[in-house]
Amino acid sequence: MVVFDKPKALADVPFHYCPGCTHGIVHRLVAEVIDELGIEGRTIGIAPVGCSVMAYDYFNCDMIEAAHGRAPAVATGVKRSDPENIVFTYQGDGDLASIGMAETVHSAARNENITIIFINNAIYGMTGGQMAPTSLPGQVTQTSPYGRDTNACGFPIKVCEMLSQLDGPEYLERVAVNNVKNVKNAKKAIKKAFENQVNGKGFSLVEVISSCPTNWGMTPAKALEWIDEKMIPYYPLGVYKDRSAE
Amino acid sequence: MAVLTFKTDKCKGCGLCVDACPKGVLTLAADKINAKGHHPVEAKEPEKCIGCAFCATMCPDCIIKVER
Repeated sequence: MVVFDKPKALADVPFHYCPGCTHGIVHRLVAEVIDELGIEGRTIGIAPVGCSVMAYDYFNCDMIEAAHGRAPAVATGVKRSDPENIVFTYQGDGDLASIGMAETVHSAARNENITIIFINNAIYGMTGGQMAPTSLPGQVTQTSPYGRDTNACGFPIKVCEMLSQLDGPEYLERVAVNNVKNVKNAKKAIKKAFENQVNGKGFSLVEVISSCPTNWGMTPAKALEWIDEKMIPYYPLGVYKDRSAE
Repeated sequence: MAVLTFKTDKCKGCGLCVDACPKGVLTLAADKINAKGHHPVEAKEPEKCIGCAFCATMCPDCIIKVER
């Protein structure tokens, strides 16, 4: 009996991600959910700009590449033009929380019936480890070599907390993928976010606390520990909004 | 007994599976180098595997197949 194998919705090609990057885990979870819900034939993914820019090569469903930060706007168009489609975006923190903040907030406020997978690793990965809007206070990056100074650079944006103040969104949850238990919880959250769309409930966003061993300057194992030590205390895991449960 | 199959050519040697295994089954092969230039994972004590698939759950590159 096969206990575990690569999901069918995931293309059989090597990922370009660095060793130990948890993007691969989240890609797999999304693909598993697409398989389990049997929606591969009508799913359209929107790829972002950032490390996951080439996500269009890794999923077997149709994919569109959006301009930087504009994935929720593209997803809105795809979803509204044919509501039978299941539309998801896969975005990093530089894409969703920086240049794409307007698209994110307004699609949430409109309660667009789309699913957003938001990868928060507190740094700009693809461009070489610059400070992101989500970088922690005191975090050393290429552009904050003495640590993020909140007097000069402000404070990190907590996307789930912020969007939860809006009346629009249906479902907001923050999860992590730094150990087996958290990966299993992340899978449940991603599945719920897709089920919400299938059931016509509306805007669902799952924020995944992820690692960047290369730009954090750590081994893959140490990076996962750093998530527990630094990231999760600042970005608490949990459900921030679930209208169907209220 | 559980059976592990690895797509060794895709392994990046990150070692997350090695840390996730509760039975200490896996190791990075110090004497082997794959096409990508990494020391790939291998099962040093395959008979100890209980088929929990924790390794595959944590593998970012989806190279592990678990059967039991």
